[in-house]
Amino acid sequence: MSVEQEKTNENNDDIIVIKDLNKWYGEFHVLKDINLRVKKGEKIVICGPSGSGKSTMTRCINRLEEFQRGSLTVNGVEMIEDVKNIEAIRREVGMVFQHFNLFPHLTILENLTLGPIWVQKKPKKEAEATAMKYLERVKIPDQANKFPGQLSGGQQQRVAIARSLCMNPEIMLFDEPTSALDPEMIKEVLDVMIELANEGMTMLCVTHEMGFAKKVADRVIFMDAGEIVEQNTPEEIFNNPQTDRLQLFLSQILDH
Amino acid sequence: MSEKPQVKSSPSFFNNPRNRSIIYQLLLLFGLGYFFYSIISNTLANMEARGIQSGYDFLFNTAGFDILMSLIPYDATNTYGRTFIVGLLNTVLVSIIGIILSTMVGFIMGVAHFSHNLLIRKLATAYVETFRNIPLLLQIFFWYFAVLAALPSARQSMSLGEVIFLNVRGLYFPGLTPEGGASVVYAAIAAAIIGIFVLKRWAKKRQDDTGQQFPVLWVSLGMLFGLPLLALIVMGFPFAWDIPYLKGFNFRGGITVIPELMALALALTVYTGAFIAEAVRAGIQAVPHGQTEAARSIGLKEGKIMKLIIVPQAMRVIVPLLNSEYQSLVKNSTLATAIGYPDLFTVFVGTTLNQTGQAIEIVFMTMAVYFVVNMTISFLMNRLNSSVALTER
Repeated sequence: MSVEQEKTNENNDDIIVIKDLNKWYGEFHVLKDINLRVKKGEKIVICGPSGSGKSTMTRCINRLEEFQRGSLTVNGVEMIEDVKNIEAIRREVGMVFQHFNLFPHLTILENLTLGPIWVQKKPKKEAEATAMKYLERVKIPDQANKFPGQLSGGQQQRVAIARSLCMNPEIMLFDEPTSALDPEMIKEVLDVMIELANEGMTMLCVTHEMGFAKKVADRVIFMDAGEIVEQNTPEEIFNNPQTDRLQLFLSQILDH
Repeated sequence: MSEKPQVKSSPSFFNNPRNRSIIYQLLLLFGLGYFFYSIISNTLANMEARGIQSGYDFLFNTAGFDILMSLIPYDATNTYGRTFIVGLLNTVLVSIIGIILSTMVGFIMGVAHFSHNLLIRKLATAYVETFRNIPLLLQIFFWYFAVLAALPSARQSMSLGEVIFLNVRGLYFPGLTPEGGASVVYAAIAAAIIGIFVLKRWAKKRQDDTGQQFPVLWVSLGMLFGLPLLALIVMGFPFAWDIPYLKGFNFRGGITVIPELMALALALTVYTGAFIAEAVRAGIQAVPHGQTEAARSIGLKEGKIMKLIIVPQAMRVIVPLLNSEYQSLVKNSTLATAIGYPDLFTVFVGTTLNQTGQAIEIVFMTMAVYFVVNMTISFLMNRLNSSVALTER
């Protein structure tokens, strides 16, 4: 009940509100005063050098990482030390990982139906029908009864996306979804993500795929040393970088 | 560069790898054949020279010695063959007790390693490090001579409600003698077990159809204890207690666990449990953290993550390790001989061999028993293993 009440308290368009978020790993200050508001349906690409805190910030949103100071509200639910709130937020947020993290002991279909059956308490038939619908969307319905180890990296990542979609999330987080893929498989995963973006999904995507950023991002966020250094439209970020740090970063990744 | 040595199109017979390997294998076969021939013919010649009869006829001769503990009726007038059975059953008994208890101790201690409670975590580490690093024989002596021998005499027995007694001569607890109507209680136990299987299938089907989950574990436990209890009450407790009582210097009646069995079972449990705890820890740690993160990201609760994601994947690491721990336990049970627990090794390779001198037959029979027992364990564990293995490619 308390979760529902809190939902109505904050009544605006912003589906994610991050205020003065700070996180330390022991002495190391990973995230410094992060402030970020994400509108419903907005597509955000987060880039920055390695160790800049971009993954950590993203993982705070569904509490795979804890933070020490500041506040975080997802879809009107505040992230506090309460299992009910954490579960409510995780139900709204899907996540795709760099290394897919499919469950190797379950078939593709079972990977997709696990959440709907055990979290949403859906009948098996209904869960399987939903799963097949999303497998068709990511164009691999014929692999339903195979195990993850029998699929290529690109196929596994598409299954991982479908697994998240089966839970009907409001927000999708992507943590370097193409970094572990062979070059020829990157496109098939990006295609699925572009299609998802076109359907209006709220997306936060940590990636170095600048072509993808230019194509779908409403806003690009550049992070360095635990801070949001610059944020703007892709055109401004790429063509008119304001800070030396972003200029340096762009020169390093676009040089090749 | 045109001076390269030409490779002949037909190499010499001995340079052909196929021919070579056939020749080597033939040589090895002849060598092995001669080795065994000389061993067997030598042994037979020596035995004949010393006047030892070979063969298994001795099994039918009267043994003439008593055995400390037997699961089947046995006295000194029985045959050597029966001493074999008595010893075998005692080995099987201590092995089964050891395997069951060490598995329980091991799983608890292995999981305790991941406890959020510092004290529990340190306790688990201390347990593993202590008992894994001390020789088993020493541990058996510790339990037998230091712990159990320090217990009070029969007259000063420690007792639990005057029905269970513990003293230097062993552990005494009441037996149950079935009376009329006991079969109803047995039937209730059987019904509960069958009921649990039916319940499990029904709950699975209901979840598949409607998505509703059912607390199978709690209801199963309720049935397992509730049904027999109900039968006991309805039938007016159709059992007679056989409560041990002190007579002279010792207890009579009830069921006795001799200190030798207690010490051996304790030592095997505690020692093997430490290794199983390590196996369980390794199994859980072998599941990448990304699995937990992915499960959390789809909203699974911690308990469900353990049951549906971690345990099934940890088992494929744990099961092969368990297999070798169980096999070690069975083999280590031969250390019984150090404190005189009458297992197969103590009775048969010890006393029976001493009295008959039929070394070859007795050692061979005993080796065959341990071989068969361990192959059976292997077979069962491999079946379990293939059911938890992953399909890849």
